[in-house]
Amino acid sequence: MSRRAAAWWFVGPALVVIAVFFILPLLAAFALSLTDFDIYALADLSNLRFVGVRNYLQLLETPLFWHALGNTLYFVVVGVPLSIAMSLGTALLLHSRLARCKGLFRTALFAPVVTTLVAVAVIWRYLFNTRYGFLNYVLSQVGIDPVDWLGDPHWAMPAIIIFAVWKNFGYNMIILLAGLQSIPEELYEAARMDGASYLHRFLHVTLPMLSPLLVMVSILTVAGYFQMFAEPYVMTQGGPLQSTVSVLYFMYEEGFKWWSLGSASAVAFVLFLFVFCVTAVPMRIARRGLPG
Amino acid sequence: MGREGEVITELLPEFERLHPGVRVVAQQIPWSAAHEKLLTAFAGDATPDVCQLGNTWIPEFAALKALEPLDQRIAGSSVVDPKDYFGGIWETNSVNGVLQGVPWYVDTRLLFYRRDLLAGAGFAAPPRSWDEWWRALAAVKETVGPDRFAILLPLNEFEPLVALALQQDEPLLRDDGRWGNFRSKGFRRTLRFYVDIFRHGFAPPLTNADISNVWNEFGRGYYSFYVSGPWNIGEFKRRLPPDRQDAWMTAPLPGPTGPGASIAGGSSLVLFRASRNKEAAWQLIEYLSQPAIQQRFHALTGDLPPRRSAWAGGSLADDVYARAFREQLERVKPAPKVPEWERIANEIRTVTERLVHGDLGVDEAAAELDVRADRILEKRRWLLSRGGVD
Repeated sequence: MSRRAAAWWFVGPALVVIAVFFILPLLAAFALSLTDFDIYALADLSNLRFVGVRNYLQLLETPLFWHALGNTLYFVVVGVPLSIAMSLGTALLLHSRLARCKGLFRTALFAPVVTTLVAVAVIWRYLFNTRYGFLNYVLSQVGIDPVDWLGDPHWAMPAIIIFAVWKNFGYNMIILLAGLQSIPEELYEAARMDGASYLHRFLHVTLPMLSPLLVMVSILTVAGYFQMFAEPYVMTQGGPLQSTVSVLYFMYEEGFKWWSLGSASAVAFVLFLFVFCVTAVPMRIARRGLPG
Repeated sequence: MGREGEVITELLPEFERLHPGVRVVAQQIPWSAAHEKLLTAFAGDATPDVCQLGNTWIPEFAALKALEPLDQRIAGSSVVDPKDYFGGIWETNSVNGVLQGVPWYVDTRLLFYRRDLLAGAGFAAPPRSWDEWWRALAAVKETVGPDRFAILLPLNEFEPLVALALQQDEPLLRDDGRWGNFRSKGFRRTLRFYVDIFRHGFAPPLTNADISNVWNEFGRGYYSFYVSGPWNIGEFKRRLPPDRQDAWMTAPLPGPTGPGASIAGGSSLVLFRASRNKEAAWQLIEYLSQPAIQQRFHALTGDLPPRRSAWAGGSLADDVYARAFREQLERVKPAPKVPEWERIANEIRTVTERLVHGDLGVDEAAAELDVRADRILEKRRWLLSRGGVD
């Protein structure tokens, strides 16, 4: 058997899995997005029509879709940097030689990641409560008027972002912490001997050494944040004034509330292309930056 | 579903005692998830035997051919007597002339009002026509001042507006539900009346979520009129202090020229076509439709029964707050019976929200609604042109 055939045998199982569970559903979703599948079609398949790109064209004319896209971008643009900064910050603190009880803190900070989203969302709803919430209590101690976190269209998204960052930062923190621990101590020693300050060492040793990890972490986080759904579903149901409707939430309503599975598939496809393009850019940059 | 799902378990043991050999398994689902659960169940061939179904959902499930037509069973039933049911409510269960369900409890919208504040503004009786209503709103607003309001019409609810629109002669959809009819004179008149209430400052442009506690605010006189449904009888009884219980009352919804119609809502009991226990399932529907059982059901939930005979006795007969509902139920009209209605109603809500916020004028809003409704109904037109929805 040639080396080529052997290689195919090795990657074969993985390719089959990818084809069955990824490429096939993708093609099916694309096919569905070119039809007007709805409850009438569910009743009788002869009521199904091929409509070409009409779902896509209508989508572009739907104000709520653009609104949802704007909300999602807001969530990604604010949430992702905040989340990564938080992860990096806590990872640095945990890595610091001054830190005590590292194991305890590492577990405590990682805990939100493994909790059930719905359960903690309910708890956060209490924390965000306008009149009895802990957050407003803290704010009132420093003389800030109560904020209607989940009822005010301007505050609902920041509230969701705070919750999402809290829920997710622990995961990246662990990855970055592992990255920090693998940076050779000699590099810092050498830098110290050259008289580099802490800030300089962070900027010129830590960050460059972490950059492959940071790229990976940001790609994963961007992809994850684009799929924001459960947070608004549990906490605000897309309100107030549709200020927390995300693309995925919009798709869910289109598909499972109105049962327009054709146009819901179109939404899914647009989102897929969007995430694909957005994450392809840093991937490109990273690949060019790598040696070889 | 919801509270009914919890209470039904108290009514079932007696049914099982009367029908040995039949065991009923009740599954409770929250209202918020009910619609998608049932559609998914239909897609997965896992529908229940009997189910409570919001009557605006009936046309949709009828289009799916998921429901068992009940005409024959009802004709042969000694319990379910169509003439005993309120006409408008019964009508919601009939889709294209086929009966798809039996009304279980009813829901409609009418006026809750503060007697004392209305009397203070010079009105001894609640308004019966739009003109009287308008004068009462203006007078109340005059007496309560700029910080309080005459009426609460929450912007997240389409029901009050739809109820007023159903009072008009023109239907909401025209040509057998093929097109929106929102540019009709009647609908635009309703829209103008509705939005003028906000423009004159009689109603605050708020949603229910903006008002942390509608019952307290009603008690405090933040607003004097509230268009709402039967569940609030129980809420106001429970939540307002005893010395305020004389201060509020209910009244039928005023119409353009005298007492008007309101929306026919509520839930029905339906039998699924895929059921394998249709006989037993129908017995359960008959059992739950008995006037005596409906009275017990009312005592447990506060839900209003759809049968006139159930109103004649029990705690309902003496309930002063329920009287206006009894009168209103003789004048209820179903919303358009097309599967797309809920989606159109949702558009009515978002468009009127923009209208109230001043982004649109009345004529523009009506035109916009027609555009949206026509787009939603496109598939229906196509199906009808091919020879019918079913």
